[in-house]
Amino acid sequence: MRNKWIAAPYVGWMAVFVVAPLIVVLVYALTREAPDGSWYLTAENFAGMAGYAAVFARSFLLAGIATVVCILLGYPMAYFLSRERGRLRSMATMLIMLPMWMNFLLRTYSWVFLLERNGFFNTLLSSIGLPKLDIINTSGAVVLGMVYNFLPFMVLPIFSVITKIDNRVIEAAQDLGAGSFQVFRRVIFPLSLPGVLSGVTMVFIPSVSTFVISRLLGGGKSLLLGDLIEMQFLGAAYNPHLGSAISLVMMVIVLVCMGIMNRFGEGEGEAVLL
Amino acid sequence: MKKTLALILSLAMAASLLSGCVSSREENTFTSDTSGNGTGDTSGEVQQTSGGEVNVYNWGEYIDESVLEDFEEATGIKVNYQMYDSNETMYGKIAPGGTDYDVVIPSDYMIARMIEEDMLEPLNFDNIPNFADIDPELKNPEYDPENLYSVPYMWGLMGVIYNTTMVDEEDLGSWDLLWNEKYADDIVMIDNSRDAIGIALKRLGHSYNTTDTAQITEAVDTLIAQKPILQGYVMDEVFGKMEGGNAAIGTYYYGDYLTMLENNPDLGFYIPEEGTNIYVDAMCILKGAPNKENAEAFINYMCSTEAGLKNCEEIWYSTPLMSVREELDPEVSSDPYAYPDEAIMAQCESYAGLPQNILDLYDSEWTRLKSASVD
Repeated sequence: MRNKWIAAPYVGWMAVFVVAPLIVVLVYALTREAPDGSWYLTAENFAGMAGYAAVFARSFLLAGIATVVCILLGYPMAYFLSRERGRLRSMATMLIMLPMWMNFLLRTYSWVFLLERNGFFNTLLSSIGLPKLDIINTSGAVVLGMVYNFLPFMVLPIFSVITKIDNRVIEAAQDLGAGSFQVFRRVIFPLSLPGVLSGVTMVFIPSVSTFVISRLLGGGKSLLLGDLIEMQFLGAAYNPHLGSAISLVMMVIVLVCMGIMNRFGEGEGEAVLL
Repeated sequence: MKKTLALILSLAMAASLLSGCVSSREENTFTSDTSGNGTGDTSGEVQQTSGGEVNVYNWGEYIDESVLEDFEEATGIKVNYQMYDSNETMYGKIAPGGTDYDVVIPSDYMIARMIEEDMLEPLNFDNIPNFADIDPELKNPEYDPENLYSVPYMWGLMGVIYNTTMVDEEDLGSWDLLWNEKYADDIVMIDNSRDAIGIALKRLGHSYNTTDTAQITEAVDTLIAQKPILQGYVMDEVFGKMEGGNAAIGTYYYGDYLTMLENNPDLGFYIPEEGTNIYVDAMCILKGAPNKENAEAFINYMCSTEAGLKNCEEIWYSTPLMSVREELDPEVSSDPYAYPDEAIMAQCESYAGLPQNILDLYDSEWTRLKSASVD
């Protein structure tokens, strides 16, 4: 009984700010506005969806690459961090967190100035006699932006899961003759998978729906899903019905992806990788 | 451990906030603590009102912000100032309702559309005596034939901006420069449907205001062909691109070119031989504006010589106010691109309002262009 009351504000919050907007999105996605201003039920918003297949594919590909890079960079980082103790660890955690204290847009903007044709890196390169690199306005720059912005969301969950692993489990493995690589492969890695999974979720979803990063670092040339949706609401092509339909399709695909991944996680340990 | 968990949770929340955040880059709220009592008024032209506030929604980089403080001091009306980066962004924000802006400053074609869709409130010109100072040529324009809804703010021409150190002289002259493969990756294209599709239409020899769907589709096809050689699509980002020499060719408004020139003397500007767009941005009041009288006082103030001159010297667009033009440095007021003669005017065409089916076509074609793959 008491528990229910405590949950009430949360339920209220969810109803107003999550469920209700979802219903609005659903209604928009399934309707169109007639020339006289009235709305009618239709599926035509979804009819043209195949035309955006390339945009869907590009978004999922870039977000996927960004997620993989985040795992490759973030896992070792989290692993070594978790083995440290005391000041070094808190210092390093702080450094990972530090950029998050600055506004997301500002951080992304600063990359524009760094990567720009006559920006910081290229000025540096040409001053030591090396040729300039064209990084800005490429897919690579977009992935870089995603990795930079979302890496902490990969490191922190893995870090917290690894630090939670009971030391006695590791000692037991060592007692049974496992080398340090085997300990990692057979014990630490499988036990840290839940952290990897939540990291993947927290990196992949914002990456797949971002539009600021692709706008600023991609030059608005390689459209991502986020850009496509934003265009339908605030950009040049005002059509909230189509925008809602695309959002809905994206949500469904993301849900399916997450479902498959969680399956993967439940199977536990040995089935995965390595 | 709890601490780490709490940290992660709060990060996750922050992330969801961020990913849901609109492109608020252009939206800074201008607020000022000056709450004048209205007695320090020196312009003599400003209508006295009893304080309150006015919500203004204007283009980015389109005002001398000290004018807002002057207005607050003179009238005691607090200005809430927000900015957008294109007519379409502004429209997308206002069309669903729920905003409480009083004054907006759209361009001609967007005003026509907003009048058509009953989004604007007729102005009470008794409260805007400074309207008398507006150039008669700009009164009763095509987009607002009886001049009921709008008061011109600034006007100007669009053209091609290029970096003289990066572009060869013989390639100049036409819109073709934006399609010239020699400058692949050095070209930035304007990022709004009306201007971009308009440029493509003009280049093909069509009118900006064509309602021939085949011509519009053809124009968008040429834009798709142009996409691989572009560095990107930009609006106000063009300042950084051109000033820093990060792009060689862009297209924007003449007033902004003058601003860029102050920071990069290597820049040049020309009006393409196929013709270009002449536009007027005018101040309007939205239907159901909560502070209509304050909004009229604001519009009136913006038409005062003092405010007009300050704005003009900040943004270098062409002023519609005759008294301001007289006060301007003769070098500016005789600039052939800022105050063009008839020969140049003959090359210019303004955007007219388009029928709904064409507007819908622009929207879907723009999506087609932007979602086309380049690789």
